[in-house]
Amino acid sequence: MKKSVFLGTLAVAAVSAGVAAAGTLEDVKARGELNCGVNTGLVGFAAPDANGNWSGFDVAVCKAVAAAVLGDPSKVKYVPTTGQTRFTALASGEVDMLARNSTWTFSRDTDLKLDFIGVNYYDGQGFMVRKDLGVTSAKELDGASVCIQTGTTTELNLADFFKANNMTYQPITIDSNAEGEQQYLAGACDAYTTDISGLAATRASYADPENHIILPEVISKEPLGPAVRHGDNQWGDIVSWTLNALIAAEEYGVTSANVDELAKGTDNPEINRLLGVEGELGKMTGLDNDWAVRAIKAGGNYGEIFAATIGEATPIALARGLNAQWTQGGLLYAPPFR
Amino acid sequence: MTSASDAPEQGFRLSQLIYDTRYRSLTIQVVTFILVMAGAAWLVDNTIQNLNQLGKDFNFGFLSNRAGYDIGQQLIPYTNDNTHARALLVGLLNTLWVSILGCAAATVLGIFVGVLRLSHNWLVARLMTFYVEMFRNIPVLLWILVCLALLTEITPSPNAYKINPETGESAVSMLLFDSIALTNRYTAIPAIEFSNSLGAIDTAFAPISLNFLLIAVVLIVSIWANRRLQAHAHKVQDDTGVRPVTWWKSLLILFGPLLVVLVALGFHLVSPTLKGFNFTGGVNVSNAFVALWLGLTLYTAAFIAEIVRAGIMAISKGQTEASFALGLRPNRTMKLVILPQALRVIIPPLISQYLNLTKNSSLAIAVGYMDLRGTLGGITLNQTGRELEAILLMMLIYLAISLTISGLMNIYNKSVKLKER
Repeated sequence: MKKSVFLGTLAVAAVSAGVAAAGTLEDVKARGELNCGVNTGLVGFAAPDANGNWSGFDVAVCKAVAAAVLGDPSKVKYVPTTGQTRFTALASGEVDMLARNSTWTFSRDTDLKLDFIGVNYYDGQGFMVRKDLGVTSAKELDGASVCIQTGTTTELNLADFFKANNMTYQPITIDSNAEGEQQYLAGACDAYTTDISGLAATRASYADPENHIILPEVISKEPLGPAVRHGDNQWGDIVSWTLNALIAAEEYGVTSANVDELAKGTDNPEINRLLGVEGELGKMTGLDNDWAVRAIKAGGNYGEIFAATIGEATPIALARGLNAQWTQGGLLYAPPFR
Repeated sequence: MTSASDAPEQGFRLSQLIYDTRYRSLTIQVVTFILVMAGAAWLVDNTIQNLNQLGKDFNFGFLSNRAGYDIGQQLIPYTNDNTHARALLVGLLNTLWVSILGCAAATVLGIFVGVLRLSHNWLVARLMTFYVEMFRNIPVLLWILVCLALLTEITPSPNAYKINPETGESAVSMLLFDSIALTNRYTAIPAIEFSNSLGAIDTAFAPISLNFLLIAVVLIVSIWANRRLQAHAHKVQDDTGVRPVTWWKSLLILFGPLLVVLVALGFHLVSPTLKGFNFTGGVNVSNAFVALWLGLTLYTAAFIAEIVRAGIMAISKGQTEASFALGLRPNRTMKLVILPQALRVIIPPLISQYLNLTKNSSLAIAVGYMDLRGTLGGITLNQTGRELEAILLMMLIYLAISLTISGLMNIYNKSVKLKER
């Protein structure tokens, strides 16, 4: 018995030994590379291509942060994490930040000692079913077998939804999105549930996307956002304001195409402060004044990233919906740069 | 006159700890012990320090919180309103269930294959060799995944059993008088029901069905009575040389009371029926469970077969020849002479195979069977974020299971081993 406890402690200690005591910013600069925790493979959000180059909506956040901090968006080491390993990877210092469609919840923010630094995608949990099943509403799923990824908030939402509607279901637990797709396509489950963005991304990778429908019910709020370790506020500020810079850039019309032009100075003081023409905003976070310019140049502003990775012109075909700027009726609202 | 002189009388010197063979091994042991303990202390200290740094404490309070998630396979009643401790228990029982069934099936299959591998029939022996080499040389995880993939891909979905209103027939029909349905999610088998049920005693752990309790008691009494009957027959045979006819008495004692009880309780089977998306009414044995059980069984049976073969080959050929000379037929020779002696060689390595199977059952997560690793080490760990506590607890539980198994098997080993007097 002593031996097992000893070995367990060994394993835990080995993990915890990696926790960085110094500031994450210094660590990243010294390493010359940003360790970014991403999904193991979700088309549109984070997936490697045939050459091993990662791209996607979440990956773009990693790139923007790397550009802001290190001056080069390619200086990122992508660490694929599963639903089960992601928070441990962050807490143990294996990754500097997590951009892995993770839901911001109270207990994760407090008990798990993470800091969600904002929301880059407002999502909700939904269901996907085969069209020929003849189901048009999630309320008709009484008695169905539902595939669900373990280690996520979706498990709890699913249990709550079926309970609230007085229905029963058979949970079929799966370990990863890929396994879920395989089980769902083989018909081992009637419905597949996860965040609607994830469903759309999964459906886009099918040979026959038109035969699958996403049911209209949204059974939860899933604000997805990047997270950092609790306790390093400077690093949290950098990641947070990099995301805000991307959102603000869209609001002010700063794009990857015109950012160099605008960085020479404009009539709009807000843009000037954002791009470091006026004021010393960059210095306040421990970076230089061009940080936002580099972040925007990395992949464009929020709108450009959205359109290029998951927008309506891509196979994933997600509408902006809640993720439009506040001026367009959405929820995106970057605090003022001053 | 003796020229030999006594060793010089000297006090103990420190250098003796290294150079004197009387003390050297002790020195090495003490130093090693101190180093190991220092290493352990460093690890514990490091863990505590790092936990403090992360602002995390170490407590098991989360076990009494509401779990909030559902579990697909459960042997005892469980809802998402139960606590994490209850979910742990559900997972633990699932682990034990698949381990016990796996050990039983692997033993039977292993003995069968091991004996057949020694067969003089060329084809049978080669087939068994092929089986053994095939299954023990490929990782068990792959076998489990292959089993699941086969079950999922070759069986129809429950939808296929739906009766088409136009033709009045379904695409696939159920087996065995419409009582069993193979689907790509589970195998629906009939459930046992009692029309005059005695009800159940509700304990905090799980409700105990009085019906099954009664049946078990009746069975035990019947078996005991049958043994008395056989003992009596032996005695008569010893005394008179004539064995009384017992077969019909045995049958009557074994099955008579059982039948009476079953009829009195109104025993009947309820076939599963397709309702909505899934079969209800019967018992749905999930494919995840079958795949895990099959994978573990086939894999471990290959090892057990080798152990059995080794055990049999360890018995000298003279034993076989002697029993042939006594006029025993080959299968009676195997059963009465060879296997009882081979068991002494077989049992000790068999223990470690049982332990392996039990520990390998933690691969269940790969097919979504909710065992201890899936509940406590999976969802509970994730939802509560208590990695250290959950993993330590899980290790302790697996350790306890393993020690129990080897303890029980050691008792059995003592009972079959050669009694030296």
